[in-house]
Amino acid sequence: MGEELPYALTAELTHRCPLHCVYCSNPVELRKREEELDTGEWLRVLEEASGLGAVQVHFTGGEPLLRPDLDILARRARELGMFVNLITSGIGLTEERIVRLAEAGVDSFQLSVQASEPGLADRLAGFRAHDRKREAAAAIVACGLPLNMNVVLHRHNIGQIEEIVDLCASWGANRLELAHAQYYGWALMNRDALLPTREQLAAAEEAFARAKERHGRSLELIWVVPDYYEDYPKPCMGGWGKLSLAVAPDGRAYPCVAASSIRTMEFESVRERSLGWIWRESASFNAYRGFGWMPEPCRSCDRRFQDFGGCRCQAFLLTGDASATDPVCHRSPHHRLIEEAAVSAARLSRRERAEQGEWAEQGEWAEQEEGAEQGERAERGVPGLSYRGLAK
Amino acid sequence: MTAPVPTARPKLRSPARLRYDEARQTELLLLPERVVRLNPTAGAILRLCDGTRTVAGIVERLETEYNQKGLEPDIVDFLAEAADKGWVESWERSCPTP
Ligand code: SF4
Ligand code: SF4
Repeated sequence: MGEELPYALTAELTHRCPLHCVYCSNPVELRKREEELDTGEWLRVLEEASGLGAVQVHFTGGEPLLRPDLDILARRARELGMFVNLITSGIGLTEERIVRLAEAGVDSFQLSVQASEPGLADRLAGFRAHDRKREAAAAIVACGLPLNMNVVLHRHNIGQIEEIVDLCASWGANRLELAHAQYYGWALMNRDALLPTREQLAAAEEAFARAKERHGRSLELIWVVPDYYEDYPKPCMGGWGKLSLAVAPDGRAYPCVAASSIRTMEFESVRERSLGWIWRESASFNAYRGFGWMPEPCRSCDRRFQDFGGCRCQAFLLTGDASATDPVCHRSPHHRLIEEAAVSAARLSRRERAEQGEWAEQGEWAEQEEGAEQGERAERGVPGLSYRGLAK
Repeated sequence: MTAPVPTARPKLRSPARLRYDEARQTELLLLPERVVRLNPTAGAILRLCDGTRTVAGIVERLETEYNQKGLEPDIVDFLAEAADKGWVESWERSCPTP
């Protein structure tokens, strides 16, 4: 077997973010500004990643625009021949900043949106973000750049698929990714309140087909399936330590951004080791490479070459054992955990419908997050949800 | 899937970029969410999709380069598929004259 070379680096520049999305997959324990790698350290990470074979970098966070050195990092990545993708909430993305970033080397801007209208969108993000996203989209288009958008789908916006697609089309998007929430970090804490029911999912698939029929020619639509309702798990990351790697704000390197949730495992930091060493030699990156680590039923299953036994983070978060078969798989001895989650989400969903009137009546935000300006905090609208970065 | 006419001028769809990768000794197509490993033929065709060359021009160039005749159907098929996948601008939208 030849040596694996990573294609992509996900650089989580910061966990700071003006938004507090209830479905955020950032770890519950957010890294603070003082812990963040500095410019020099990130430059070294980019160089080492490129040296290892990475040809693409995703700058993400948190909100990467909160890093004033983003231009410098984008420029270096581009000099190294990497495709530079910026994943942003759009807060702080003015026309001037776009021009600067594009000149520095950002190839593609990916803007998130929460819902089809400001009311719900701002309640989900815990911040008056929607109108500013509209402005950011307009600015990207005005600069003549392609507008890529993404939305995370869950119970509270899954009924708006066609409206969301219409909205993104009207903002001038070229590409829209509709990704079902992945239940890590804050999203896992809120799973009961976020997981759609099977019926909602079926209706959403039909709505997606209709939207595709209408917009498919001018707007590239991508549907990322929700794994909880599948029979088999997703081929997570195309295999552990196989195609890509992620570096967290504090410099720890992971085979995937969600992997920090595997608390039983030691992950090395680029502050102590080179990225090359971590990729090739570290125990963490080698732990689930290949097929030898697999327990039954994966070990003797033909699908293992296709799905690699599913997601290690999900296995750990749900069973406490990161080498277990992903519970999404109907062959997993833990599959009932997934079924129970669906049942409990459906139960809560029925109750929510009965109590719908209560939604918007919650109080003001308790805390002020860095980067948020006065008067912008939206009202906390969804009872029982934990907002990212804010105490429950 | 719509095949390009010989006078179409295929062009990579922004922000896609091509890169020859030394480490893997292969052409890569870099896209916002993924990296595609191209076979040598696909790489050679996409290299020529610069928005100025026509399909006929690309065919001629590659037939000369590989010293082969009758490449047109394969090239046209590939380009139709590439447009379908969003790698190159689709013909309906691309400007007939640059
Ligand atoms: S999901 Fe929301 S809160 Fe989390 S990083 Fe993205 S914009 Fe910020
Ligand atoms: S048993 Fe393991 S390898 Fe087989 S389908 Fe399930 S997760 Fe995949």
